[in-house]
Amino acid sequence: MKYADEFRDKAIAQGIARAIGAEVSSQRAYRFMEFCGGHTHAISRYGLEDLLPANVRMIHGPGCPVCVLPASRIDMAIRLVDRPEVTLCVYGDLMRAPGSQGQSLLRAKALGADIRMIYSTLDAIRLAEQAPSREVVFFAIGFETTTPPTAVMIRIAEKKRLKGLSVFCNHVLTPSAMHSILENPKIRDTGGVPIDGFIGPAHVSTIIGTQPYEPLAEQFGKPIVIAGFEPLDVMQAILMLVRQVNEDRYQVENQYSRAVTREGNRRAKDEVSQIFELREQFEWRGLGLVPNSGMKLKPAYAQFDAEARFAIHDLRVADNPACECCAILRGAKRPVECKLFGTVCTPETPIGSCMVSSEGACAAYWTYGRVRDEQLRRTS
Amino acid sequence: MSVKGYQRKLDLENGRVDLSHGSGGRAMAQLISGLFHQAFGNEWLARCNDQSAFDVAAGRMVMTTDGYVVSPLFFPGGNIGSLAVHGTINDVAMSGARPLYLSASFIIEEGFPFSDLKAIADSMGAAARSAGVYIIAGDTKVVERGKADGLFISTTGIGIVADGLDLSADKAMVGDRVLVSGSLGDHGVAVMSKRQNVAFQTEVVSDSAALHKLVAVMVAAGGSGIRVMRDPTRGGLAATLNEIAHQSELGFRLQEASIPVKPAVAATCELLGLDPIHVANEGKLVAIVAPDFADAVLAAMKAHPLGSDAADIGEAVADNRKFVQMATSFGGRRIVDWLWGEQLPRIC
Ligand code: SF4
Repeated sequence: MKYADEFRDKAIAQGIARAIGAEVSSQRAYRFMEFCGGHTHAISRYGLEDLLPANVRMIHGPGCPVCVLPASRIDMAIRLVDRPEVTLCVYGDLMRAPGSQGQSLLRAKALGADIRMIYSTLDAIRLAEQAPSREVVFFAIGFETTTPPTAVMIRIAEKKRLKGLSVFCNHVLTPSAMHSILENPKIRDTGGVPIDGFIGPAHVSTIIGTQPYEPLAEQFGKPIVIAGFEPLDVMQAILMLVRQVNEDRYQVENQYSRAVTREGNRRAKDEVSQIFELREQFEWRGLGLVPNSGMKLKPAYAQFDAEARFAIHDLRVADNPACECCAILRGAKRPVECKLFGTVCTPETPIGSCMVSSEGACAAYWTYGRVRDEQLRRTS
Repeated sequence: MSVKGYQRKLDLENGRVDLSHGSGGRAMAQLISGLFHQAFGNEWLARCNDQSAFDVAAGRMVMTTDGYVVSPLFFPGGNIGSLAVHGTINDVAMSGARPLYLSASFIIEEGFPFSDLKAIADSMGAAARSAGVYIIAGDTKVVERGKADGLFISTTGIGIVADGLDLSADKAMVGDRVLVSGSLGDHGVAVMSKRQNVAFQTEVVSDSAALHKLVAVMVAAGGSGIRVMRDPTRGGLAATLNEIAHQSELGFRLQEASIPVKPAVAATCELLGLDPIHVANEGKLVAIVAPDFADAVLAAMKAHPLGSDAADIGEAVADNRKFVQMATSFGGRRIVDWLWGEQLPRIC
């Protein structure tokens, strides 16, 4: 635990907080979006907002893989498990993600579908080995960090000639989503707040490096700091962003130099590029169709591609009109501004995706942050 | 229900439970006398009636019942049997009562090895004996393969609470202190470390233990200054305090830095994306104590082996929203909510 403790030291945190306080200009507002749910979680869990000056505001971005998964993909998975020969392997936090009619994999499982909660891709391989007559489908989801393990799983399946194993691929790319947020005129249309800078996800950059964010910083004139998920990492990243804003700089800086390089992990990137290719576009909850933002299996690996293998087609479904997830995922609104928040929509009865995963913005507010409700309602 | 006449001996090493052991016939009688009575042995069971009569002392009676379905059945620091004894003793003890008797009901899956059943029954017997509590009634059912996950146990407990003591979760008052008897999350982490799909190496063992003797010294030190006691089992400290907050219609304010958590538990939780205050305990209690009595009760806890790491972690506050809040060790504050759904490792 020694290792993590160093990144949670109260005295150091207060030192950074003082530095932020000393460096912010009272003349302006600083609005930073933490792209990733891991940061949202750290901010809420450690109560970091209490340490920041009033004019430094954090905006929660779309960065939780479960939150950005559109209802249509859940619908598709549910259609898949309607087939009696299919065993679907999913990570636990996906089980309650709502489909278009409020249905979920958890409910499908209760109704008899063969759905298994797993902890790693190795569990899916084991299942496929144990039940060679079953169609074992792995529900792959996540950003650049989780794509390499899926690639490795396909390699192993190929080597072991596991004929019954395939992947329902929902891997997505962070820089494309950030691009879409910055470019999307809807942010302005819906009265969304302008963003002065981003905290970028460190886990993603351990794979892809910091380089893919450089064109974004340049094109939109926004500073980006790649940061770790410990509370001190986040505090330090905020200080780095404040400094860039004050100095009118917009660079990609690396707070997480203990694991992230500019180039990233060459081997992991190679592995991924051999097996996956870009989809022309992929639907994100809250962002709509984002070009070049999703991955699919290359045709050479079609036998491992559940979409090809079972001829499941893209569905297009509408989200619940009262749910403000779309605005929240773009940073245009805050959870307490949704009428359903905490009344109809709670973690037990999630309506939108932001409430589904523990890292979603609505769930984080509900779980850790409600104590600030009144204060938020007043300032929003 | 003693067994007369010729009967093949139970093969306790290699034998397995089959449907005949639940049929009410001779095989069942043999299982009960050859395995359960051996393990639990006491004068009430020895009379082999369908019920046991016992004397009642002065005071009020306390009764509780609980089902145990833990997976895996054996874990570092105990098994489903010792757990079923400790858990029910603790539920009785949290009223301030002295637990006296237990009943145990077994639902066994066909094919279950006798050797495991014996190990489990033996540890129940040992746990009950060392607690000074007797298992005086029971039931055995065998179900077909696939209809139970090995073994389920239900235990019911009875105890006597002294006159004048009336602990209840609706009695917390603003200003009361929140005491915990030791480090949190040990049981949950020990069990998780043996789950097939998350197995990992750890030296953490379950804290499963009977707490009534600790409760007795607390009651001696604090008397009616103790308003509420609860054992934070499933859902951990967070669920327990939320329940008390709702029943007493107030809030709690905790200091994260005061909450005892073993480094190995903290590290495991970190790794799995869990929070120790949501993880289950089987040998810990939470006490809400009037401020004037808190120091004396805490000192009594610390003097007892099961409370040596006891700590004062916060206070009850007026809050019509019934929030459990925590000042984080980082200097911010947050809500401590009930856990929703199952606590599961995060995916990224
Ligand atoms: S509170 Fe629920 S309905 Fe409202 S935006 Fe959040 S997830 Fe959607």
